[in-house]
Amino acid sequence: MTNALDLTELIKMLGKVEEIELENIDVIAGELGLILPTISAIKRESVKKAEYRDLNFEIPLANFTGEVLEVELGATKANGGTRENVIKVGGERTMPFYNFEALNPNEPVIAFDVFDTKIHLAGPVRKHFEDVLEDPAEWAKRCVDKYGADMVTIHLISTDPVIKDTSAREAAKTVENVLQAVKVPIMIGGSGNPEKDPEVLEKAAEAAAGERCVINSASMSLDYKRIAKACVDYGHVVLSWTSLDINDQKTLNKYLMDAGIKKEDMIMDPTTAALGYGLEYSFSIMERIKLAGLKGDKDLQMPIASGTTNAWGAREAWMENPEWGDREKRGPLWEAITALTLCLAGSDLFMMMNPTAMQLFRDIIKCLCGFKETESLDIKNWIGMR
Amino acid sequence: MAKKIGPLDIYNYLPKTNCGECGEKTCMAFASQLIERAVKLEDCPALKQPNFVRSYNNLKEMLAPSVKEVIVGVGDKSVKIGGEEIVFRHELTYFNKTAIALDVHDEMNDEELLARVRYVNDFCFKRIGEELTLDLVAIRSTSKDPDRFAQCVSKVLCESKKPLILCSWSPSVLEAGLKVVGHERPMIYAATKDTWEEVGRLAVKYNCPVVAFADGDMAELKSVVKALESLGIEDIVLDPGSHVEGKYLANTFGNFVASRRAAIWNKDIGYPLLGVPAIAWLSGEGAFKEAIIAAIMIDKYADLIILHTPEIWALLPVITLRQNIYTDPRKPVAVEAGLRKFGNPDENSPVLMTTNFALTYYTVASDIESAGVECYLLVIDTEGLGVEASVAGGKLDAFKANEAIKNSGIEKEVKHRKIIIPGFSSRISGDLEIQSGWVVFVGPRDSSGIKEFIEKKWVGLA
Ligand code: B12
Ligand code: SF4
Repeated sequence: MTNALDLTELIKMLGKVEEIELENIDVIAGELGLILPTISAIKRESVKKAEYRDLNFEIPLANFTGEVLEVELGATKANGGTRENVIKVGGERTMPFYNFEALNPNEPVIAFDVFDTKIHLAGPVRKHFEDVLEDPAEWAKRCVDKYGADMVTIHLISTDPVIKDTSAREAAKTVENVLQAVKVPIMIGGSGNPEKDPEVLEKAAEAAAGERCVINSASMSLDYKRIAKACVDYGHVVLSWTSLDINDQKTLNKYLMDAGIKKEDMIMDPTTAALGYGLEYSFSIMERIKLAGLKGDKDLQMPIASGTTNAWGAREAWMENPEWGDREKRGPLWEAITALTLCLAGSDLFMMMNPTAMQLFRDIIKCLCGFKETESLDIKNWIGMR
Repeated sequence: MAKKIGPLDIYNYLPKTNCGECGEKTCMAFASQLIERAVKLEDCPALKQPNFVRSYNNLKEMLAPSVKEVIVGVGDKSVKIGGEEIVFRHELTYFNKTAIALDVHDEMNDEELLARVRYVNDFCFKRIGEELTLDLVAIRSTSKDPDRFAQCVSKVLCESKKPLILCSWSPSVLEAGLKVVGHERPMIYAATKDTWEEVGRLAVKYNCPVVAFADGDMAELKSVVKALESLGIEDIVLDPGSHVEGKYLANTFGNFVASRRAAIWNKDIGYPLLGVPAIAWLSGEGAFKEAIIAAIMIDKYADLIILHTPEIWALLPVITLRQNIYTDPRKPVAVEAGLRKFGNPDENSPVLMTTNFALTYYTVASDIESAGVECYLLVIDTEGLGVEASVAGGKLDAFKANEAIKNSGIEKEVKHRKIIIPGFSSRISGDLEIQSGWVVFVGPRDSSGIKEFIEKKWVGLA
């Protein structure tokens, strides 16, 4: 070897120049075999000039073979009811707002909660309804006329034996009053008492016969067959409620279909855990359900509902605490972000409570649907914002 | 769609001796753990031997995340972004939580500027045993004056405990900033179709990560990225433009989703994503809108966001959302079970019981602390479930509670035999009294009522 040169040194040298002539360098065959591919790699690399080329970006598309069912809520005169409008919910062909893939047909729907008796509400919610807390019909009107809710839910909580033990017959009267007060489709909820609810919901369903209400709800913990039968007999949609378990949801949906519910007459509620209190469970379970439906699982193709109001159970939403900032803003934002996050996960119908939260949420979903025209902003100006 | 790498693909390159030195029983087990990122390649000593160099390199490449992991800053003053592997969190987990930057600009007066920087330094929210923080300071050049920017950067540099983002469309302004802070690996914002070469060379010179920007046009964004790559740059971050209004917002959302899918399904421009919710202020809308945009971006794929508002009512929901979305779905967040003491409890102090779900434990612990109650808290292993869920799911019953009482040593600490259990576990109270011989008091349903309960009930009882 004439010029002994460290191979690694050589490689480094080669890397720095575009071309090099190998003069006066003997390389033994074995080493050459090692070094040559390296040299050519370096040369190719260094030959590639820094440049800008116009390239194409291919949007990767999923190939969904299934579709979420579209469920109609409310019945107009033509269909044997007295509602002024019908609301369509669900019907997705892709995940929410993946507009580049497909346009989903329906906007998310917002239903406001109304209770049949004065209950304890968080301050930022109560102040909007203070004067109507004892009049569910007026309360419902406020939600629709003033705040623009798509629907209302009348929760018949006073029927609970430990609250007021209101009779099923009396509760049914409340439902009639609400149906007269507002012309939008409604939901009817029980008290959560598994012994009493079947009877209460049966009577309520009967009183609202033909209106295509959502009956809230059928679950494993009560006699769901009675609820199912009431929905079939009086023409309502059933809410199939489970708690954060995709297999339970599938099972209950099947049981309800076995009990005579058509799949277009069902909505699923896999339970909403609030922001900060298990939201991630609801998020992932809703995503899994929606994806399963889009991939063709027939037992999970119903639209999804979220009890977004649970957000107010989080102390960060309702508690006064100077360290957490203004509760009047924090609370509504807590509810709006809970709704929005679950909307992105695949929920279609939102039970909500606070007008500001609803406004924030509605404004953003209108944008995300891609329908809202606005002027384009020169976003590059953000750096110069003062 | 790129094929997902399975344990078998990995196994083929491992030594296959099942020697167990990595701590796993077999090479196959090690392979599955590698995919879950529970272990590192370096944990297998054999792989470090010269005869395995090629396997090691192959594995390294196979295991590189689809979204590159980029580090901004150096040492203690750094944050990791990207490194993601999946499009839905239930498929595995999201790894590096969305980093949050708060902005300042170079025409702020000193007082305001330093106050904002300190605010970011000190921002710390304890939630469920985790400290939720803000992660970076973004400095915008509103003056467009290189000297002024350099001065501002040096003031921020002195004060900040967080890594920086330098923001300007002008390469000369960026360079002025880099002269000051270039050695600390700030992120450079941003290179465009027009400035990629100048800005890119700065990124090379100072060895800093750089943001590629294109307003709503993914093809242009990809072109900028490839141009930066052609300069030899490896640490790139994508900004597809953050629109906050109308159908433009819908388009931005679509671009975020498409980028992440492209990275993971097609191995195409696999870099972290940056969003700028602060742009909400440009259209005259404030913190509400900004927080909502931040939420969308945390839910769907931003690895770094830049915010403008320091309002805590707006930040609290945003950092809480980030904590939720980035918890690991593979394991419930649990704390260690056992007996805890609050303050200096004595033989007459109250004894309380709860479960080892992290959210439950920390909620209860913070209520006890803020109430200043001195007591014992018996934490029961419910496999990470909260009170209600564990009672309903059979993970918390009288038998388990009794065992915990007997094994915890509490009977030596106190001379009384009275325990307060959570309101939601009332149904175990009777059986627990019979099994343990303790008197069981059913406490309030929410732990915020503990103070009042103890003041009214315990004092009277003891
Ligand atoms: C998230 C969640 C889950 C998660 C669990 C998360 C976890 N790691 O715990 C998952 C999805 C796993 C789950 C599963 C189940 N769940 Co679940 N779940 C919830 C949800 C949405 C939130 C629970 C929560 O985290 N709360 C927050 C924590 C901090 O609350 P906590 O532990 O109760 O602590 C509070 C109080 O108890 C009290 N406290 C705590 N300790 C102490 C101590 C003292 C001394 C005092 C005074 C007070 C006190 O203060 C705390 C703060 O407020 C609730 C619904 C809701 N309430 O919103 C349902 C809920 C608890 N689940 C329920 C059920 C039925 C189940 C399952 C049995 C159903 C199923 N799908 O199989 C399983 C059981 C799990 C199992 N495998 O054994 C029911 C329970 C019904 C009942 N009361 O009987 C609920 C109420 C939903 C419902 N309405 O149906 N669940
Ligand atoms: S240390 Fe390496 S060779 Fe040994 S079992 Fe683990 S993976 Fe296999």
